[in-house]
Amino acid sequence: MTPLPDAEALYAELRRAVQAAIAQLPEGSVHLVGIHSGGAWLADRLHADLKLPGRPGALNISFYRDDFDRIGLHHQVLPSDIPFDVNGKHLILVDDVLYTGRTIRGAMNELFDYGRPASIQLAVLVDRGGRELPVAAALCAARIDVPANTSINLTRDGDRFAISLETSADA
Amino acid sequence: MKLHIQGARLIDPASGLDAQQDVFIAGNRVVGLAQPPVDFTADRVIDARGLVVMPGLVDLAARLREPGYEYRATLESEMQAALAGGVTSLVLPPDTDPTLDEPGLIEMLKHRARLLNQARLYPLGAMTVGLKGEKLTEMAQLTDAGCVAFSQADEPVTDTTMMLRAMQYARTFDYALWLRPQDPWLGRGGVAAAGAYAGRLGLAGVPVQAETIALNTLFELQRMTDVRLHLCRISSAAGLELVRAARAEGLRVTCDVGIHHVHLTDVDIGYFDSQSNLTPPLRSQRDRDAIRAALADGTIDAICSDHTPVDDDSKLLPFSEAEPGATGLELLLSLTLKWARETDTPLVKALGRVTSMPAEVLGSRVLASCGRIEVGGTADLCLVDLDAMWTVSAQTLCSQGKHTPLLGIELPGRVRTTIVDGQVVYESQA
Amino acid sequence: MRNPQLNRNGELTHLLTLDGLPRDIVNHILDTAETFVPLADRDIKKVPLLRGKSVFNLFFENSTRTRTTFEIAAKRLSADVYNLNINASSASKGESLLDTISNLSAMQADVFVVRHSASGAPHLIAQHVAPHVHVVNAGDGWHAHPTQGLLDMYTIRHYKRDFTNLTVAIVGDVLHSRVARSDINALTTLGVPEVRVIGPMTLLPGGLEHMGVKVFHDMREGLRDVDVVIMLRLQNERMRGALLPSAQEYFKNYGLTQEKLALAKPDAIVMHPGPMNRGVEIDSAVADGKQAVILNQVTFGIAVRMAVMSIVAGAGPA
Repeated sequence: MTPLPDAEALYAELRRAVQAAIAQLPEGSVHLVGIHSGGAWLADRLHADLKLPGRPGALNISFYRDDFDRIGLHHQVLPSDIPFDVNGKHLILVDDVLYTGRTIRGAMNELFDYGRPASIQLAVLVDRGGRELPVAAALCAARIDVPANTSINLTRDGDRFAISLETSADA
Repeated sequence: MKLHIQGARLIDPASGLDAQQDVFIAGNRVVGLAQPPVDFTADRVIDARGLVVMPGLVDLAARLREPGYEYRATLESEMQAALAGGVTSLVLPPDTDPTLDEPGLIEMLKHRARLLNQARLYPLGAMTVGLKGEKLTEMAQLTDAGCVAFSQADEPVTDTTMMLRAMQYARTFDYALWLRPQDPWLGRGGVAAAGAYAGRLGLAGVPVQAETIALNTLFELQRMTDVRLHLCRISSAAGLELVRAARAEGLRVTCDVGIHHVHLTDVDIGYFDSQSNLTPPLRSQRDRDAIRAALADGTIDAICSDHTPVDDDSKLLPFSEAEPGATGLELLLSLTLKWARETDTPLVKALGRVTSMPAEVLGSRVLASCGRIEVGGTADLCLVDLDAMWTVSAQTLCSQGKHTPLLGIELPGRVRTTIVDGQVVYESQA
Repeated sequence: MRNPQLNRNGELTHLLTLDGLPRDIVNHILDTAETFVPLADRDIKKVPLLRGKSVFNLFFENSTRTRTTFEIAAKRLSADVYNLNINASSASKGESLLDTISNLSAMQADVFVVRHSASGAPHLIAQHVAPHVHVVNAGDGWHAHPTQGLLDMYTIRHYKRDFTNLTVAIVGDVLHSRVARSDINALTTLGVPEVRVIGPMTLLPGGLEHMGVKVFHDMREGLRDVDVVIMLRLQNERMRGALLPSAQEYFKNYGLTQEKLALAKPDAIVMHPGPMNRGVEIDSAVADGKQAVILNQVTFGIAVRMAVMSIVAGAGPA
């Protein structure tokens, strides 16, 4: 297993990649959408650091998950909030960890219930492999391999990010 | 047939006897206790070691659903249930279909019961024709046919003058009136005891005053007439206070309570369990405690089963739509034992409430030896394993009435043998 | 006895009453409802959460309003909705309640939304449905109307935030009101320090003190300094003489007018479960005034019912 990189360093790399991607797109047509909670933190900080206009969007994908029959309704985080018109816009979907790809599928389904974007790109801090769906992140700060029974958690202390690992008892 | 019941513990509440004594039976009589009479050779010896031998129970209220309601229960099935519960004499309320207001019906019932050769059946005659509270029945003819007293079952008499006339008429011939004290209007439509629990559950309530106002009315009329009055199914502390005062005053009053009310309260309705839909309704803890105190001090004479078979279609309904009533013949003895244990009441006293005391209430209309074991008396008795436990369920109940709040509960006491008129009419190892 | 509303994992699998429902479950429902509220502003007001699930509205007692809000809520969750007006069909032909339920279960129902005139009917149904079927009580007799209680709490939380320093008054026919009972249960669970009921003696049940409630027969006294006024609907049957002499006399003593409302706190809110009898329990000026939040109750009601159905439909078997 590769040693755990510094979250702040990863964030800096992600910010550089997102800034470059935005530069390729028509001005004023790009919006960040973060997936609660970690993706939304990242999107908020990216939005502020890149001095983008308006507010970033945030998605609570609980109603679009594919595991409702197995585990029921998740205890809620904050509600979804898309404070702009999605139609014809270029969206950058932001999440902390990309794993199976199911979260991203749900997020895209939800975004399409708001309207028809011109394009969606995916920006993640960490790609841990293990994809179960055809989803890819064009903008990614690092690839990290961890065992299946381990989760990668992003935490926030003030405005600084940190990454930790958590291994569960049952594999 | 000569029977020797050997090795049992004999409990006879009437005489206060609780001792190891054998019982000797010849023909339909008890011919010896402890010692056989001279020249007695038993045809059968029943090994009753570890068992109690006691008088057969006398149940002052058991509905058999005949005539008229045969789809719910039949004479055969319910008389069998009686024997399984050790009940050898039972009193039948008159709310059959048609009501027991015709001598011919009474004769037919008694005849069928005799043919079955099981428990003794004592019908109550309807006090008014069709129980409608308008016209008196032919009480003398009904008594000749076999009625032991007169009753309105659960039907109210709204006209006070009519109630007065019925009391005067009954007093003329010294017939007893068995009446449930319930005001016809207060609590009409009520399905549970008015109080905090019914309020929480949104169930229409029957206030205590429905019982106390009716009692006051009945006592006032009784003071005018001196009729013999038996009050059926007292349910409240306040009601019992009135009964206590009336007896102290010297009024000729006796009363009974349903066995379920000795144990349960309104809270046992739980989440709208229709099994606990009873009439009178289950009242509060305070009322139940008062019932137990009244059983201890004799204010209540007898405990009855108030056996009421209800079919599934009528019980498996929302609480307020369900029919009230519970099965009881097979639970009367077990629940009496449970009450005795919980209150440390000596068995010779506790069992009196279901044997000798109900017989006293019935008075001269029944056999002199009803509810007691005595030399020369009729042999109606049962052998009971006090410590055998059984779980109340549709499978363990013989009655076609399978509904009771005690479903699934484990109870003490199993009847092993029941003897009526000197003959073994029921035996079970289960 | 285990709470019949919770499954073995302590999850809410039926919503039958707010009586005895733990506070954290109540808060969970309100929090979830909050996430559904923004949907109303989207073009596509649906989420796919209950796609493929069947919700049967079993209304043994008529109510177009309540049934419609449940239908909207279920459809916004992408469920398939079937409305059964039982009055018109089998029950009147003598089919028993439980037989009706068995027949419907055979049609692969996932959720039964039940309204019935007998207190306790949803409890009976919940006892007899298959493990994967969930029951939501849409009002049973006098006993409970839990989704109304929840949306009333949502409304209060929306305007007042903190339950623990409120005085709430419920005015009207509490005796026959399932809404009042559910509101009282929810308010006490959420820690409201003073709950008052106001009404004539004929319309208030005994034993309210046991539920932690203060009783007032004088409406002016009862409204003094309250933060929330919940007006109950007075049903026509009650006005016919035995419980109350007339609607006019009722309005005189217990109708909410501007003048009486002025006795409450200046920022007090006025609520009503609907439909309103203008001029009987509430003056039009108040009903249409700035302190009334009645229309918002309706909006919140859809989100609350979406939350309830999502939560129970996602819980494991009982």
